[in-house]
Amino acid sequence: MGDFLSQFAALFAEYDVPGAFWVNIQLTFWAAIFSLILGTVLALMRISPIASLQWAGAAYVNVLRNTPLTVIMTFLFLAVWTQLQISLSDDFAQNFFRFAVVGLTVYHAAFVCEAIRSGVNTVPLGQAEAARAIGLSFLPAARLIILPQAFRGAVAPLGNTLIALLKNSTVAAAVSVSTETSTLMREMIESNANYIYAIFMTFAIGFVVLVIPIGLLTTYLSNRLAVRR
Amino acid sequence: MDHGETTAAGKPGAPEELGPPLVELKGVNKHFGDLHVLRDIDLTVHRGEVLVVIGPSGSGKSTLCRAINRLETVDEGEIVIDGQPLPQEGRALAKLRADVGMVFQAFNLFAHKTILENVTLGPVKVRRERGAAAKERALALLDRVGVKNQAHKMPAQLSGGQQQRVAIARALAMQPKVMLFDEPTSALDPEMINEVLDVMVALAKEGMTMIVVTHEMGFARKAANRVVFMSDGEIVEEATPEEFFTAPRSDRAKDFLSKILTH
Repeated sequence: MGDFLSQFAALFAEYDVPGAFWVNIQLTFWAAIFSLILGTVLALMRISPIASLQWAGAAYVNVLRNTPLTVIMTFLFLAVWTQLQISLSDDFAQNFFRFAVVGLTVYHAAFVCEAIRSGVNTVPLGQAEAARAIGLSFLPAARLIILPQAFRGAVAPLGNTLIALLKNSTVAAAVSVSTETSTLMREMIESNANYIYAIFMTFAIGFVVLVIPIGLLTTYLSNRLAVRR
Repeated sequence: MDHGETTAAGKPGAPEELGPPLVELKGVNKHFGDLHVLRDIDLTVHRGEVLVVIGPSGSGKSTLCRAINRLETVDEGEIVIDGQPLPQEGRALAKLRADVGMVFQAFNLFAHKTILENVTLGPVKVRRERGAAAKERALALLDRVGVKNQAHKMPAQLSGGQQQRVAIARALAMQPKVMLFDEPTSALDPEMINEVLDVMVALAKEGMTMIVVTHEMGFARKAANRVVFMSDGEIVEEATPEEFFTAPRSDRAKDFLSKILTH
């Protein structure tokens, strides 16, 4: 038993497990910021009074949300990079990392948009009417009155999207981000098949440890920030 | 201001005693699907006039009130405010709405802003007033409606009557040409109705042009120049409050008054 543990522990000297998790955290960080921005723009389009913008926003959400993330990532790798030879960085690893952020962003922006829209639904119609009645046009009313309340009502669904994003960041393997967790896990298992369960548990627990605080934090914030009516 | 001293008995009712037309509706029609909610509405409200719109629920009186600042679109007809036809959309409409104060049945104070911020938001963001000046004016308005000591609370911490008085201050902060009141006391507990009506009566006495959808006959008698009775989407009767409440001409008005006056 002691032998097993010491040999298993030796694997951590050979493979950089915390480093792999750090790659997933970085992917999540950037994709979260960009998808929050893109998702907010999409949500604004969907609630705007202009029919063509509503249509474009709805089309984006329905296409991207219903496409598997692996397909989006593979498309970026094979079609955008290999075929069209569009590169996002001269550095090989950095290029793939950026493609992974792009793929995660365009996919999760659709979910962020819907989370924000669910937040908008928590804001009574009278708030928008009162905003219009004092002379605010659509964008100022959205920025000053609707979105601040919508975000506070959307903390829980946004938290769920963040959790999904963190776990989905492992799909970065599909655009050759070779340093992230799922790739490292496969390498470790391939060379050390006798530790398969221990290795598997290591990565599973690693993600649980990362995700649980996000869940606790969003529950806390969701109650703390709720708009009292 | 010359209407200020007139008593209930000698209230100026005829339009020629009032200022020039401020709000004009000409041939306005609106449908909600099959329901014809506004039928050929012709109505002129003069500067300084206080008009009370009364009628059974579903008669179109709220829709009429909301159509005047285009919270409801109309299918046909023209609405003119201070000589300008109501624009369809965009900046011109927003600019015009800034000149038309609106008080809602459900108050609709901005729930994530303090009382003071609710009142300063319009002047600062729409009128581009300086923050300090807007704040000073807002506090004066809150003082006038009697809730200055609540300035730094959130709307949910105030009673309904206090919230509605803040809503009136918020509308007044825009220095509107006309104020619309859409059943301002209908959502209030009975003991809070008078504190709101008192503010409205004071406003009427100062010469503010007001269009008030309400069932408060006390307010109509005390402050209104004219009562418009609506039923089934049309204006059935127009009269001075005294005439309307004591001697209604139409059967529909008699029927309606008999229902609200029996208790």
